[in-house]
Amino acid sequence: MITDTTPAIAAYDLVKTYPGDITALDRLTVEVHAGEVFGLLGPNGAGKSTAIKILTTLAKPDSGRAVINGHDVLRHPNRVRREIGVVAQRTGADPQATGRDNLMLQGRLYGMRGGRLDGRVTALLDRFGLAEAADRAVRTYSGGMQRRLDVALGLVHRPHVLFLDEPTTGLDPETRAELWAEIGRLAQDGLTILLTTHYLEEADRLADRIALVDRGTVVASGTPDELKDQLRGDAVHVELRSVLTEAFEPAVYGAIAALAGIREISVDGRRVSARADDGAAAVPAVLAALDRAGVPVAAVTVARPSLDDVYLRHVGRRFAEADADATDAATLITTGGSR
Amino acid sequence: MTATLTQTWWLTHRQLKAMLRQAGFVVITLVQPVIWLFLFGSLFRRIVELPGFGTGSYLDYLVPGVVVMNAVSSNMWTGMGVLEEIERGITNRFLITPVNRGAIMSASVITAGISTAVQSVIIVLLGWAAGAHYPGGVGGVAVLVITSVLLGTVFSAMSNAVGMTLRQRETIIGLSVFLLLPLTFLSSAFMAEDLMPGWMRDAATLNPVNWALDAARGALSASPDWAVAFGYSGLLLGLAVLMVWLSTLTFRGYQKAV
Repeated sequence: MITDTTPAIAAYDLVKTYPGDITALDRLTVEVHAGEVFGLLGPNGAGKSTAIKILTTLAKPDSGRAVINGHDVLRHPNRVRREIGVVAQRTGADPQATGRDNLMLQGRLYGMRGGRLDGRVTALLDRFGLAEAADRAVRTYSGGMQRRLDVALGLVHRPHVLFLDEPTTGLDPETRAELWAEIGRLAQDGLTILLTTHYLEEADRLADRIALVDRGTVVASGTPDELKDQLRGDAVHVELRSVLTEAFEPAVYGAIAALAGIREISVDGRRVSARADDGAAAVPAVLAALDRAGVPVAAVTVARPSLDDVYLRHVGRRFAEADADATDAATLITTGGSR
Repeated sequence: MTATLTQTWWLTHRQLKAMLRQAGFVVITLVQPVIWLFLFGSLFRRIVELPGFGTGSYLDYLVPGVVVMNAVSSNMWTGMGVLEEIERGITNRFLITPVNRGAIMSASVITAGISTAVQSVIIVLLGWAAGAHYPGGVGGVAVLVITSVLLGTVFSAMSNAVGMTLRQRETIIGLSVFLLLPLTFLSSAFMAEDLMPGWMRDAATLNPVNWALDAARGALSASPDWAVAFGYSGLLLGLAVLMVWLSTLTFRGYQKAV
C-alpha cells in the first residue's frame, strides 16, 4: 500500500559484512520521500555503494529491511526492479555496441517493444544530446557522452526512483556541471533521486536532504542548511591594515568580546577571527567596535559553515582525511570491487 | 515463459551482433584449425599406410579431429568474455533489470553453441575443398557438428564457471593451456585408437574429446554406426547439462558475492 507518507526509499537497520570481517554497513537507516533528491555523503569505503547495491536488489543484506515504493527488496525484487533505474559507478554500457543498441536492449529487458520502445529510445537520445552519435559504438564516446548514456540507460523504462552512484566521479569540471544541471532537471520531473557522492560540493548543491555516512552508518542527516545550522555560527574574519602591537591586542579582544552573540574570538597579528550566530548581522557591530578601538580594517569575510565543518563535528576528522584513510585501507585490502 | 524466451533471444542477439561486428576476429580464430588441418594433413599424410590405421586418406581422418579440437580451444576462452562483462559492469546492469537470470545464462550457452557450429561447418567445408570425403554424408556431418557443439558447451560452461568463481584471467589461460593438448592427444584426433599405447587408449575412454570423435567418426563412416554415434552424443549431452548446471551455480554464487 502506498500512501503519501510512504517513503519512496526506506532502509532500516541494514547490516552487511563481507568475508574477512569487513563491515560495510552497520545498521544503516535512511528514509527518502517521493520527489526528493537525497544525498548519501561519505568518504570512500563508508558503505554508500553497498547500500545502493542492496536497495537495487543486487546484494542481500545480512539483516535489516529495505523497501522501495512499498515493495520489499528481498521479497519482491522484480517489483522493485521495475520501480527503479540505476546509474552505477562504472558504466554498464556495452562498449562494442552502439548507443542505440544499448538503449534498445535495456528497454527489451523490461519487456518494452515496438513503436513504444523506438520512440522512447529516440526521445532519450535527443534529450541527452546523443542523437548524432546514436549509431556509433559506445567505445568512441567521450567520458561525458558515456555518462549521459548511462543516465539514459537508467531511464528507459520510466522508473519512479533513480539511483546515482557517484555519478560525477572521474568527470572533468565542465562535464560535471552539465550532469549536475541534468540531475536538477530530472528532479524537476518529479523523480525521486538517491545519489551517493564523496564530493561535499555535489551533495550541497544537488540534494534536498543529506545523510552523512561514516563506517556504514548514518551519523547525521537533514537539509544541507539544517546540518550547517547545527554548527551554530558563521566564521567572521577581519583583516587589519597593520599588524597589532602585542600591547594593543587585549584591547581589541575586549572590544569584540563585549559584543553580544560573538564567540571563539582569536586575535593574531593582522587577523581577527570570531564565530557569530548570524555572521552578516555581526559584521557592522564588529566594524564599529574596531573603529572605536582605533584599528583600521582592510577586509572582512563571512563564511557559512561548510559540510566539511559538519563532517568534522560528527565524525571527528576532516572529510579529506577520512577519504584518504579509506583509500589507503582500500589499497591494503585489495579485495577488488568497490564497497 | 514467453518473456524469458524473448529476453534470451535479445541477449543472444546482442552477443551474435557483437560477434558479427568482429567478423575479422572470427576468421583469425579459424587460422589455427586451418593450419592444423593442412600442416598435419601434409605432414602425416602417409601415416595411414601404417598397418591397422583403417582409413585410406589421412585428411578424411583428420577433419573430425580438427573440428573437435577447435571446439575445445575456442570455447575455453568464454570465461574471458564473462570476466570482461563483470568488470565493465554490464552483468550488474542486467541483474538490476527484471530479466530472468536463466536467460542471461542461456544466451551465453546458445551464443557459444552457434559460434561453434559455424566454425565447425567452415572447417568441414575447407576440408572438403581440400579433398576430404565424408562418406556418412550430410547426416554424418550433422552429427560431427552437433557433437562439436556439445563438446564446446562443456568447455565454455567450464570456462564460465572458472571465470565466475576465481575472477582471474590467468587461471582461464592456464587451464586452457594445461588442458587443450593433453585432451587432444589422449584421443583419436590425430592417431587411430588401435595404434595408441594401451594406457592412452584407457585414458581416451574417459576423455569427452574422444567421445565426440567416436560419435562423429561412427556417423561419418560409409556404413554409419548409429548406436555408437547416439551413445556418445548422449554421454556428451549429459556432461554438457552437468557443466551448464555447475556454471549456473557459480553464477548464483557471483550474485551472492556482489
